[in-house]
Amino acid sequence: MGTPADEARVMGVDGLDALIRALGERGYEVLGPRVRDGAIVYDGIDGAADLPVGWGDEQAPGHYRLSPRDDDACFGYAVGPHSWKRYLLPPRSKVFEAERGAKVFALRSAEMPRKRFAFVGVRPCELAAINIQDHVFLRDTARDVLYASRREDIALVAVQCTEPSGTCFCASMGTGPAATDGFDVALTELLDGHHRFVASAGSELGRELLAAVGAAEAEQADVDRATTVVDEAAQRMGRSLDTEGLAEALYANLEHPRWSEIAERCLGCGNCTLVCPTCFCTAVIDTNDVTGTGALRERVWDSCFTIGFSYIHGGSIRPSLRARYRQWLTHKLATWRDQFGTDGCVGCGRCITWCPVGIDITVEAAALHEPAPAAGAGR
Amino acid sequence: MTTLATTAAASAAEIDKRLVPVPHRVVAVRRDTADTVTIGLAPLEDAPPPFLPGQVDMLYAFGVGEVPISISSDMLLGSQREYTIRRVGPVTRALTDVTVGDRVGVRGPFGVPWPLEDAEGADILVVGGGIGLAPLRSLILQLLDRRNDFGWVSILYGARAPGDILYRSELEQWRGRLDTDVDVTVDAAGAGWHGNVGVVTRLIPRARFEPGRAMAFVCGPEVMMRYTAESLLQRGVPPERIYLSAERNMLCGIGTCGHCQLGPFLVCRHGPVLSWARIGPYVRVREL
Ligand SMILES: Cc1cc2nc3c(=O)[nH]c(=O)nc-3n(C[C@H](O)[C@H](O)[C@H](O)COP(=O)(O)OP(=O)(O)OC[C@H]3O[C@@H](n4cnc5c(N)ncnc54)[C@H](O)[C@@H]3O)c2cc1C
Ligand code: SF4
Ligand code: SF4
Repeated sequence: MGTPADEARVMGVDGLDALIRALGERGYEVLGPRVRDGAIVYDGIDGAADLPVGWGDEQAPGHYRLSPRDDDACFGYAVGPHSWKRYLLPPRSKVFEAERGAKVFALRSAEMPRKRFAFVGVRPCELAAINIQDHVFLRDTARDVLYASRREDIALVAVQCTEPSGTCFCASMGTGPAATDGFDVALTELLDGHHRFVASAGSELGRELLAAVGAAEAEQADVDRATTVVDEAAQRMGRSLDTEGLAEALYANLEHPRWSEIAERCLGCGNCTLVCPTCFCTAVIDTNDVTGTGALRERVWDSCFTIGFSYIHGGSIRPSLRARYRQWLTHKLATWRDQFGTDGCVGCGRCITWCPVGIDITVEAAALHEPAPAAGAGR
Repeated sequence: MTTLATTAAASAAEIDKRLVPVPHRVVAVRRDTADTVTIGLAPLEDAPPPFLPGQVDMLYAFGVGEVPISISSDMLLGSQREYTIRRVGPVTRALTDVTVGDRVGVRGPFGVPWPLEDAEGADILVVGGGIGLAPLRSLILQLLDRRNDFGWVSILYGARAPGDILYRSELEQWRGRLDTDVDVTVDAAGAGWHGNVGVVTRLIPRARFEPGRAMAFVCGPEVMMRYTAESLLQRGVPPERIYLSAERNMLCGIGTCGHCQLGPFLVCRHGPVLSWARIGPYVRVREL
């Protein structure tokens, strides 16, 4: 855990600002956290001043609020409603356009936007989420060019977590609060005394960037401090989830009465799938223009909580909310492994925070970990 | 860091064909029943990648939409392919309304085929219900083409009514062979029907096969497949030798849209053909 001592560097807020500008100068579209509409969201940033300086967040099931901090922390919050998937897998994107002549039609695939993204402020759980979506979209037998064109050549500036929220449980999922690889640069923000960032490079690009901004070699005391604040964060996780034997238990408990109890609370709104950084399901929308000569296919985020999601002629496979919640949770924590070889959850807590009725995946999974009382076997 | 992102290097053209349909020309249209039409499609340019019986193509009707349809023709027919389509909604309506010369977009083939190679030496049972005979036709044509590789071959087919029987003249032709049993039943007979009446599972007890060396290929509505699997199990056919073609909503064909999940399986990638040993436990769970 923490930053490897041999490469650790240190810089102030001005160094961070220079890092953001250096990415912009290298042709990246730099995206990072900003305060907007009472939440921390991801959007374009030009420098360190655009970051949520001095803001923290309060999170609990069904509850999110920004709260001012008594320091100038740039990354003193956990995660907000946005995740990086909105850039790698946009909520709506064009797949192809088609044109019709008399009895002929020609198809053209959508031009890929060739923007290189730089993500600044990526949390360890979010690095893990990107890795999970890579396993969905970049399998060599089914490489998704729309995802790949956005994913390739991105620059990742990670920030180790020191302020986990009340709904975080990354420590249980093994995805945080420290990132050990998968980034170009990883920062740990230190607020005791002089405001500074311990930085380590995880790639050639990272080394170059740190050299370009003139980050000095870190002293051992700073490196130790960086390790300590992240270790402490692990102790302050708001929640935990026992994954030992959980996937097997969920497979065994498909008829557990708990599913029906959850269905009485769940609204089927799909918020949990929209905020989740790993949820990848999409729908396809085919449309005609008014003249009938042009057609368009778009891909949009979809949610397994909609009735239409599983529609086949004659009706939906999962008409009940019980079945739809079961689909979601078993996918996250059991079937995902069989499909893609990873878990489907990184423990970011977004689904808990943004559920309007505060349904908590850690509580539900724990209940479903226990065997169902006898009866209720399937047909 | 970007290992997965940079290594999986498929060429852009290759990828596009998996995501973007290739226009084909309608070369034949044959009305099978009141609501079912078989269309023949031929590529305008390059021959499409080869397919195996049981695989599906995504067929795109211009501006209307795209749906999974099994390839029902013989795999030896070359690049021209047939699809048997039942009209149930907007896309299948558009696809069954085509005339010769029209264009239809094709992406595919997708999915796992019927395990024909593993069936060598086995007694074969092909059990179809309704439109489910379509993905079995490409299989049957191969079975008959390589008839000597197999033991007994029985084709059991159930339709709603005599007028709904698919491929009627072919069924009659197959029935005429001395090396193949063909048994057909309808749920509801009308005047002039002198064949079997009742569900297709009723044909199983009298089919000729040695349970220990049988292999079954089943396609039809999910309930029909469930009951068929149960009665095959009852006759002693091992669950890992009973194959079904699962049906789920399917949009991408490459396992990334998430719609075709059936427990641990993505039907477009791990299926549609799956053994009862693998999917039985999930097909039995309601609303999974
Ligand atoms: C593996 C597989 C093979 C198939 N092979 C054939 C075949 O050979 N011949 C044939 O006639 N039909 C076949 N089907 C069913 C066919 O895909 C549906 O009838 C078709 O999608 C209905 O679309 P629609 O727009 O006409 O009707 P609607 O019922 O209005 O459908 C609306 C949308 O729901 C989805 N959908 C509806 N029904 C199904 C369904 N049964 N399966 C999957 N998605 C569905 C589609 O996205 C469709 O566009 C197959 C389905 C699968 C999964
Ligand atoms: S399921 Fe919930 S906690 Fe897990 S990754 Fe998705 S939003 Fe985060
Ligand atoms: S669990 Fe919560 S967020 Fe998810 S669909 Fe149900 S009510 Fe909406």
